[in-house]
Amino acid sequence: MDIVQALATDTASVLTSDARQYLTFLLADAEYGVDILRVQEIKGWETVTALPNTPEYVQGVMNLRGAIVPVIDLRQRFRMERLAPGPTTAVVVLKVVHDHGSRIMGVVVDAVSDVHNVTDVELRAAPECGSTVSSACVQGLATVNGQMFIILDIDQLFNTGELAVATSHT
Amino acid sequence: MAIDMTQFRQVFFEESLEGLDAMESSLLQLEEGTPAEETINTIFRAAHSIKGGGGTFGFQELTSFTHVLESLLDEMRSGRCLVTQEAISLLLQAVDVLRGMLVALQAGTVLDQPRVTEIQTQLEALWHGPGAIAPHPPAVLETAGAPALSPVLGGWHIAFHPCPTMLQTGNDPVRLFRELETLGTLTVRVDMTRLPALADLDPEICYLAWELTLHGAVCREQVSAVFEWVEGDCALSLTPLAAPQSSGGVPSPPSPEPATGVEQCTGVERRQPTVTTDTNSIRVNIAKIDALINTVGELVITQAMLSQLRDGFDMRHLDKLRDGLDQLERNTRELQESIMSIRMLPISFALNRFPRLVHDLGQQLGKTVQLTISGEETELDKTVMEKIGDPLLHLVRNALDHGIEPPVRRREAGKPALGCLHLHAYHQGGAIVIEVSDDGAGLNRDKILRKAREQGLVGEDETPPDDQVYALIFQAGFSTAETISEISGRGVGMDVVRRNIKDLGGTIDVFSAGGSGTIFTIRLPLTLAILDGQLVRVGGEIYIIPLVAIIESVQIDTTLIHTVAGQSPLYKLRDDYIPIVRLGDLFCIQQDGGTGSENLLMVVESAGQKLGLIVDALLDQQQVVIKSLETNFRRIEGLSGASILGDGTVALILDIAGLLRLAQYRAGTSIGLQRAETGRQAA
Amino acid sequence: MASILAVDDSASMRQMVTFTLQGAGYEVVEAQDGEQALGIAQSTKVNLVLTDVNMPKMDGIALIGALRALPHYKFTPILMLTTESAPEKKHEGKAAGATGWIVKPFNPDQLLATIKKVLG
Repeated sequence: MDIVQALATDTASVLTSDARQYLTFLLADAEYGVDILRVQEIKGWETVTALPNTPEYVQGVMNLRGAIVPVIDLRQRFRMERLAPGPTTAVVVLKVVHDHGSRIMGVVVDAVSDVHNVTDVELRAAPECGSTVSSACVQGLATVNGQMFIILDIDQLFNTGELAVATSHT
Repeated sequence: MAIDMTQFRQVFFEESLEGLDAMESSLLQLEEGTPAEETINTIFRAAHSIKGGGGTFGFQELTSFTHVLESLLDEMRSGRCLVTQEAISLLLQAVDVLRGMLVALQAGTVLDQPRVTEIQTQLEALWHGPGAIAPHPPAVLETAGAPALSPVLGGWHIAFHPCPTMLQTGNDPVRLFRELETLGTLTVRVDMTRLPALADLDPEICYLAWELTLHGAVCREQVSAVFEWVEGDCALSLTPLAAPQSSGGVPSPPSPEPATGVEQCTGVERRQPTVTTDTNSIRVNIAKIDALINTVGELVITQAMLSQLRDGFDMRHLDKLRDGLDQLERNTRELQESIMSIRMLPISFALNRFPRLVHDLGQQLGKTVQLTISGEETELDKTVMEKIGDPLLHLVRNALDHGIEPPVRRREAGKPALGCLHLHAYHQGGAIVIEVSDDGAGLNRDKILRKAREQGLVGEDETPPDDQVYALIFQAGFSTAETISEISGRGVGMDVVRRNIKDLGGTIDVFSAGGSGTIFTIRLPLTLAILDGQLVRVGGEIYIIPLVAIIESVQIDTTLIHTVAGQSPLYKLRDDYIPIVRLGDLFCIQQDGGTGSENLLMVVESAGQKLGLIVDALLDQQQVVIKSLETNFRRIEGLSGASILGDGTVALILDIAGLLRLAQYRAGTSIGLQRAETGRQAA
Repeated sequence: MASILAVDDSASMRQMVTFTLQGAGYEVVEAQDGEQALGIAQSTKVNLVLTDVNMPKMDGIALIGALRALPHYKFTPILMLTTESAPEKKHEGKAAGATGWIVKPFNPDQLLATIKKVLG
């Protein structure tokens, strides 16, 4: 559960200026990764309150210690087959940055995997085609210990389209 | 040691702006009658503090202007200059100029120098009387220790004979000698000839005198400077050591060096000073903090008690547990109330700008208006207060521009020439009520009706009741003013006023007694953060309906449902036909059953329009804390936010106005008034 | 360490004076007008009093007179802070029993130098 905490202490020494750390998770048999600095916490899956008139992939909102946080079903966001939540299903709470500040959002993943260091050298650009995930949302590919994962650009992923921040706030 | 003065600047700005407010209200008080001495002193002190602080904290731009202002005020408070109406108006303008300067300095923007010079010149003219040529403001900076103005000699012979009472000013000869020592080599010889016998000695009297010799390249002014504070309390004679002549008597005090010209800003752009009322800090009455501390203290005790119960709990302690939990509920409620009350400020903060505004506007319009304010100590939430300022401003301007008639017309109508404008605030129920009333011409019912018919808002053959006619003035684009004045009358005001008040969760009504005046009544919730809500179940979800929006709830009688082709079904409730809405349809969720008789109909309303919501069950009524959906997501039409229930789950709060818009959009027709408000499309 | 009573109705001035004096190791007590200062003085003895002249409730001149009437303040150094470069205020202060004055605006170093001269 506290992978983030445990690894934070573990990796402090390992982190060099040209390496970044990614939290990886499993989604429909593929591994994805997000910048660990954006991961606020990891929660087990709980029921959420549905929001009306929102895209399918917005499951609803949950209570995170008094804050109302939207929960995004990544499978639906990537138009993959839906899956009922299981024992490994988790919600990764991310800090998403936009022009006027930042927001907290939760994403539902099949399972949380690990934390990996990736140097810039190991980072590869994503291929233009063949992916179910729009290339705009992909920062690159990384391979660690023979395992490849797709690094997601969460700001791109969560600030566009339906999820874009309204430019005028009442 | 270099101390950074900039850290004190923010406090200086805040207190100076407050000082200007005090100055302004004191000046307005002066107008009313004979000046009270204390009022003038307040005005003087404000200018004096700004001048002093300005110089100390590095704002040279302020010193020149404030010096003239302060000097003029000094003349006034000592009676040498008359306090005339004209003078007061000029001083009010000076306050504006200073405010502008402070705001510009605070924001780092350019000063409006021409305006500053203009007012400063007028102030100088008044200070020195007509016909006098205004001299340049005298030196503001008096440097300690003037530079050498006379030839430096080899030293001085100093005869220092203090008055017997010199010690009683706290001055100590030894200190003076120590200071002299820093200038050169000092030899001291004491003269004890006047010292009486021990029995007759009064320890508070100085009986001693001294002859001192100071060797060094020291000029007269440096030596005199050391004795500056005791001149007049002693006999002092300085004899230069190298010179043949001796100069006797008390030397004149060192003349202040003329300061280098006070820097003038070269601002050219005209900038409108905006006084921001939005700050991120709040002033809180200490008593409220103390109350908070007490409540938290009690909470800690309750928590300790419950902890104790938890350790080694058995069923015999059940009653104690219940008591403890009751206490916890009480403590929590008190804590909530305490904290909310901290955000509550008296409405005087919002009303303070009006005396000046009414004064200036009255003059501009050639009308005499007396403004009275009552209930200014009534408290409301800081955020609500910040947002109520603009609507109130519009109402007051309206009253002055269109409500109150010119003196001639008033006399013709048998009214006193002095118009009355009254702002009254009080608490009623869980709300704050603000009344803006004037004794002017009132609303012209026929004119409004005619205009409404022209705009198609009211049918030719319809005769709505008075209150509905008057409410028409809140329609967008509606104005019966013949000429659109700069102040108001463009017809964009009233609907914005109503919308702003609605956004705050409040209402506005207008009443007019033709010819004798108008009253606007604004009702606002005391706080924006908390809502009294009715929990309802719709489908598998729990929603919250604001209590203020609920009119009633009825068990559905299916015989009363009328379906009209092309429109949403209507429910006949007594004499009204109310459109029925299924939340499931609006929100695209599953809802229990159909419009069966086991369903409940919640009759709710927003801005006069009624709506019937079909819900599956009524649950609790409770106070809920409103959480924004926009913080981490976005605004959703039909919802005004979310709340967290006791079990930790999230419940959505319904926004009736939004639901109406959604329903209208879906139905494609308008409900109620023929000209419906343009609705926002559901995203 | 020596203690100083600083009296001024301007919060920013008080802050600046306190900050400067505390930085030099003095203990500082603040008052916002003559009345409050007198109240403090009646129960506390300080080594030096620094007071503004123009204040509500009781101004600097009146405060100086009142302090001198207190037995334990008879010989305490009292300095006036004045922006008046005109002589009358200084003379008024002296007549009431002030030890000396510091002219506003002053910079922190001037303040410290003057106080050092007085307190040693």
